[in-house]
Amino acid sequence: MILGVTFTEAGVIGLLVAAVQFGTLLYLAALGETISEKAGVLNLGLEGMMATGAAMGFIVGVETGSPWLGLLGGAVAGAIVSLIHAAAAVGLGADQVVSGLALTFLGLGFADFIGDGYTDDARRARFADVEIPGLDDIPWVGEVIFRHSPVTYLAVIIGVAAWFVLNRTAIGLGLRAVGETASTADAAGHSVVRLRFAAVATGGALAGASGAYLTTYLVGSWSQNLTAGRGWIAVALVIFGAWRVGRVAIGALLFGLTLALKSRLTLFDIEISGQFVDMLPFLLTIAVLVVISFRARNRPSPAPAAIGIAYRREER
Amino acid sequence: MQRRLWQILAVLLAFTLVAAACGDDEDDAASGSASEAADDTTTDSASASEAADDDTAAEDAATDSGGTSAVTAGFVYLTETGDAGWTYAHDNGRQFAEEQTGATTLTVENIPEGSPEFDTAVRDFIDQGADVIFGTSFGYMDAMEALAAEFPDVAFAHATGYMSNDTNFGNYFGRIYQARYLTGLAAGEASASGNIGYVAAFPIPEVIRGINAFTLGVKEANPDATVTVNWTFTWFDPAVEGDAANALLEGGADLIAMHQDSTAAGEAAEAAGARWVSYNSDMSAYAPDAYLASAIWDWGPYYASVIEAVADGSYAGGAYWGGMDDGIVQIGSLADDVSAETTALIEERAAAMIASEFDPFTGPINDQDGNEVIAAGVVPADGDLLGMAYFVEGVIGSAEG
Repeated sequence: MILGVTFTEAGVIGLLVAAVQFGTLLYLAALGETISEKAGVLNLGLEGMMATGAAMGFIVGVETGSPWLGLLGGAVAGAIVSLIHAAAAVGLGADQVVSGLALTFLGLGFADFIGDGYTDDARRARFADVEIPGLDDIPWVGEVIFRHSPVTYLAVIIGVAAWFVLNRTAIGLGLRAVGETASTADAAGHSVVRLRFAAVATGGALAGASGAYLTTYLVGSWSQNLTAGRGWIAVALVIFGAWRVGRVAIGALLFGLTLALKSRLTLFDIEISGQFVDMLPFLLTIAVLVVISFRARNRPSPAPAAIGIAYRREER
Repeated sequence: MQRRLWQILAVLLAFTLVAAACGDDEDDAASGSASEAADDTTTDSASASEAADDDTAAEDAATDSGGTSAVTAGFVYLTETGDAGWTYAHDNGRQFAEEQTGATTLTVENIPEGSPEFDTAVRDFIDQGADVIFGTSFGYMDAMEALAAEFPDVAFAHATGYMSNDTNFGNYFGRIYQARYLTGLAAGEASASGNIGYVAAFPIPEVIRGINAFTLGVKEANPDATVTVNWTFTWFDPAVEGDAANALLEGGADLIAMHQDSTAAGEAAEAAGARWVSYNSDMSAYAPDAYLASAIWDWGPYYASVIEAVADGSYAGGAYWGGMDDGIVQIGSLADDVSAETTALIEERAAAMIASEFDPFTGPINDQDGNEVIAAGVVPADGDLLGMAYFVEGVIGSAEG
């Protein structure tokens, strides 16, 4: 048996490139969810928002011929459907878990509805890889990091911007305050409703962009079940990254590596079943939860304290 | 608290209404959605009427073309019909049979294997007067067996399974390996490096048989070529299937064959400047430069024949495994650069298989470790082919996944 045929330099570089590609998909969605949860709004509807973004991204992309407009269309569609969750969970104070789950199925159904008729469409509007001049020739590093679609570079820029806004601006401070103790933030003059709506919509836009990344780059076509549960991996990733923008990015690369590994198990002659690899992101997340709960005696949980709690001024 | 509860209920009600509204629109568009597929059935015949009942055998009306059969046939699909893959091929067959026999057909998409939705969908079809149920995925088998026993007056035909009775429950499949072998002849010639990649679905006999037949064709055209198998454990997950093809291409493959229902592997080959052998339907539109050949299904004539048998009361279950002689499996169009000699060889072998004078698995055949598994001159029995669990010489990878 001559297995391990691609366990070569090219094979390993290919694995790492695919890890960054899948990592981009997960990071965009998980970054949006982090922002939403930082403001105290759990949105379990990632899968639905991603699917809607994927369908809209494909439609806008092929109809205009521009993957950039496709990506933008997906982000706008994701933001719009996320407002349903914002209206229910923030505006009306409905249970965030119930509303988020409803958004999952609503988003999947809506995506199938608008995407009907595009499933066998052979047109494509795909981003080409962009090589960063001067850096892409560095052995290994250049190939793995500096030859990607524009969406990957954009995700890095958005991640840095999100970190800056959350940690270095008044808006970010207000948003985090709203996610910790909404009443105190309210008393301090922050508009709880406005900040939470903005956070949910930002999360929806990023989830939509993540979905559109599937149809404008990673896969290129639209079909039902395209997201295939990756929205749920992104939900787990937020917990794995302990609600921190940078750690979520590292987690995205790690989870992306598990997705990339799954396509190469037989080629690398690794004796682990693909189903087990599918479980890895969730096993890692559970491990992090266990660590967090053990440490909880000494220090506060990294989770925003007001997650899942609706805020209404008169019901304090 | 009272007020909050009402608000939650109001929101849920609003969601339900929105979802229901979407569902209605989809009914009009004759398609189903993942969340509502189990409830939505669509009637696709102009002569759609509830009149069709179990006693239709008497009203024999099925003719060879443009018939007016009173039979109602229900088709249960695993995925949507627009995927260019497995379900797409079945739905083309349904449309052909409907045109041919005049039967009324009902369809439902996105019914998971081993799910209660299957049972619900079939009962719904029977309520609508279905006389025959076609289940087009392996995992429907146990449920179909139970339903066939419960409804002895309804015919049940199950694709790719192995259970049947001699009254109202049968299974059907095709010898797609014959077409796979022919595509292998083209692939062996087209691969300059002799390093061919195969994006494989699940390690089960159906898939293994296809890989082996393809490899036999490849080796006949180029004895030094190898076929490297990469299992995805998916029937449809384009992100994984495209990435699995990329992994093979990174390993130096210059031609990709595949088994899943998505076109992702072919599009990966196209992007890498490699070639592609597709499956299920002629998918050349999705990767026109990469496309070389395809092994395709034509279920229409079989569906028409079963509907006619149900109409005249002669359907009696059993197992059906048709080949190129019945036209149920075929080879799709060949790319322009397939040489005249190879085209002639493919046509010759196709004719020999149609005349039942040739089988690609005729011995001597060695397994991948060099042990003889089929002796010289022996044509394996169908049972051996249906249970095939080893790779032939030239395949790189494990048949156990």
